[in-house]
Amino acid sequence: MIKLSGLRKSYASGGGRLEVLKGLDLHIRPGESVAIMGSSGSGKSTLLNVLGLLDGFDEGSYLLADQDMKDLPEVDSAGIRSRTLGFVFQSFNLLETKDAIENVALPLYYQQVRRAERMAQARAMLERVGLGDRGDHRPSQLSGGQKQRVAIARALVSNPKVILADEPTGALDTATSHEIMDLLDEVQQSGITLVVVTHEPDIAERMQRTIYLRDGRIVDEL
Amino acid sequence: MSMALDTWLEVWEVVRRNRLRTLLTMGGVFWGMFMLLLMAGFGKGLERGVANSLGGRSSNAVFVWSQSTSLAYRGMRPGREVDFKNADLPAIRNEVSGIEVLVPRMQLGGFRNRTEIVGNGKTGAFQVMGDAPDLKRIQPMSMRSGRFINPLDMEQERKVAVIGAQVAKEFWGEVDPVGDSIQCNGVWFRVVGVFDSRQSGDTGERAESTIHIPFATFQRAFNIGDSVGWIALTGQPDASAVALEEEVRQLLAKRHRIHPDDEPAIGSYNAEEEWRQLQATFAGIRLFVVIVGSFTLLSGVVGVSNILLVTVRERTSEIGLRRALGATQGQVIRMILREAMVLVGVAGYAGLVIGVAFLELSRWLVGADNPTLGNPQVELNLVLISGICLLFAGALAAWVPARRAAAISPVEALRAE
Ligand SMILES: Nc1ncnc2c1ncn2[C@@H]1O[C@H](COP(=O)(O)OP(=O)(O)O)[C@@H](O)[C@H]1O
Ligand SMILES: [Mg+2]
Repeated sequence: MIKLSGLRKSYASGGGRLEVLKGLDLHIRPGESVAIMGSSGSGKSTLLNVLGLLDGFDEGSYLLADQDMKDLPEVDSAGIRSRTLGFVFQSFNLLETKDAIENVALPLYYQQVRRAERMAQARAMLERVGLGDRGDHRPSQLSGGQKQRVAIARALVSNPKVILADEPTGALDTATSHEIMDLLDEVQQSGITLVVVTHEPDIAERMQRTIYLRDGRIVDEL
Repeated sequence: MSMALDTWLEVWEVVRRNRLRTLLTMGGVFWGMFMLLLMAGFGKGLERGVANSLGGRSSNAVFVWSQSTSLAYRGMRPGREVDFKNADLPAIRNEVSGIEVLVPRMQLGGFRNRTEIVGNGKTGAFQVMGDAPDLKRIQPMSMRSGRFINPLDMEQERKVAVIGAQVAKEFWGEVDPVGDSIQCNGVWFRVVGVFDSRQSGDTGERAESTIHIPFATFQRAFNIGDSVGWIALTGQPDASAVALEEEVRQLLAKRHRIHPDDEPAIGSYNAEEEWRQLQATFAGIRLFVVIVGSFTLLSGVVGVSNILLVTVRERTSEIGLRRALGATQGQVIRMILREAMVLVGVAGYAGLVIGVAFLELSRWLVGADNPTLGNPQVELNLVLISGICLLFAGALAAWVPARRAAAISPVEALRAE
């Protein structure tokens, strides 16, 4: 599903360049679940952003579903983000002015799905994450765990092939974290490829495979 | 359609979220549009008012009258009174080309003098003029009843009179005076027609307080021989009034043995100069209106642009998120553009509607034919142009904020959260 080889990425920093990813080779099969671990600043988020086409890379190659992601036109990468990928963030990133249903339906808006259809799909997806009765709640009326469920429903609503989650439980307590991970397990069992950045070993343990990042490279263990 | 509705709902939400600020900026555009319309409307009214009082009179009309010589010439002393004659008219016709209408005129008692008139048992003071049938081609009028002077009146020196609406009203009230008679300096004239002036203001009123009798009858009835008071003419459409005036003056100077440099001997006037000055004034007014209006509108646009910029900055993470969820840069740009269009459009449209209402109201208060304020009014094409200005203004307001929004990197935006 995801194939990286020799992937490099650097940031401009104070006149020079800060190399963050220093040649990564990685192969993730369809339906596989992978945890990415590493100390803070090791480039986990950078990697996830590259995988999610939110950011570009400098060298090497990135194939997503056998398609070359190097220098993709903006419109195409937006299309892939919308249809193939789903994102879950540590801070949920829900729109405060919209209720849960509308938040979940947002990706479909950019796929030109009609409003009634969008709302129906979003409602179904909210039910699937156990929030069928909270559709008209604003994010401020929801707990952290509920917000993350809404965010997961939003990631799932456009039937993506890959879910990318950057520390999805980073802002949650342990019990809630495990509920969220149960939900992500279900997602993975439904055949969706799952990549989760985390620094909690018991969360990483739930994934089929863990890769470790250190100093911009993949290492066997920390 | 449903998609379109959606996008507008999105806009509505942004507007609702920043209610006060939205209102303030919309106020700027509203005011700009309102002022633009008002100034254009009143400018147009003024223009029309002045043009009306000129009365659709030909812009290339020329008037020539006789005065006294100021230079000695061929043994004649200065101070001699010049007296135009009937024979001058065919001479002018023959020798000056480019003339369309040419008529002799004479006023009883001199220029703008009023004469005691008796009609329907009452008396009143009105202007009495001797005129040829063609006068109606120079001085626009519409017959309310009867007819104007005709060639037969001239030929037979009939004692007939065509009177202005004011005259008719004063003597006969609402009764049609055609067939009745008026008396002027002891001579009776049968009324054959009543006219309304098509000019407005003072000029129109003066015209409607005038009694026209056939020029030939005038000369005979009031014993002035073959003297002509003044000559009125208009040029053919492509003829220059200034040139015609000069040619006619030269010809008349020659015929009446006036020194070629004796300017004061012949008085003359052409409307072209005045017309041109008016046109220049109107052009000035229009330019002023456009400049002031545009600047007012522009400041409104800058206001909208600013508020959009602030909202874009506030919504950085939201826009970044939308990008992450699949929005293209184009979609983000269109989103901001729609917001600008709605703000500018609604505010501007309100300004337009209220401006039109205001103009209509003032028209109603001032009266449709007020000579100085004219006829404040909005023309359809002014509204159309304003509408186009609005669209343009909306796009302009959106330009910088939309570019800023499109440049937001999703990664940065999400990290900022
Ligand atoms: N936009 C950026 N500009 C410059 N440096 C950046 C940028 N984004 C991340 N970095 C740097 O790259 C490194 C890796 O960051 P990140 O991928 O966020 O690490 P992690 O998620 O593993 O904590 C850090 O040193 C960070 O400061
Ligand atoms: Mg990180």
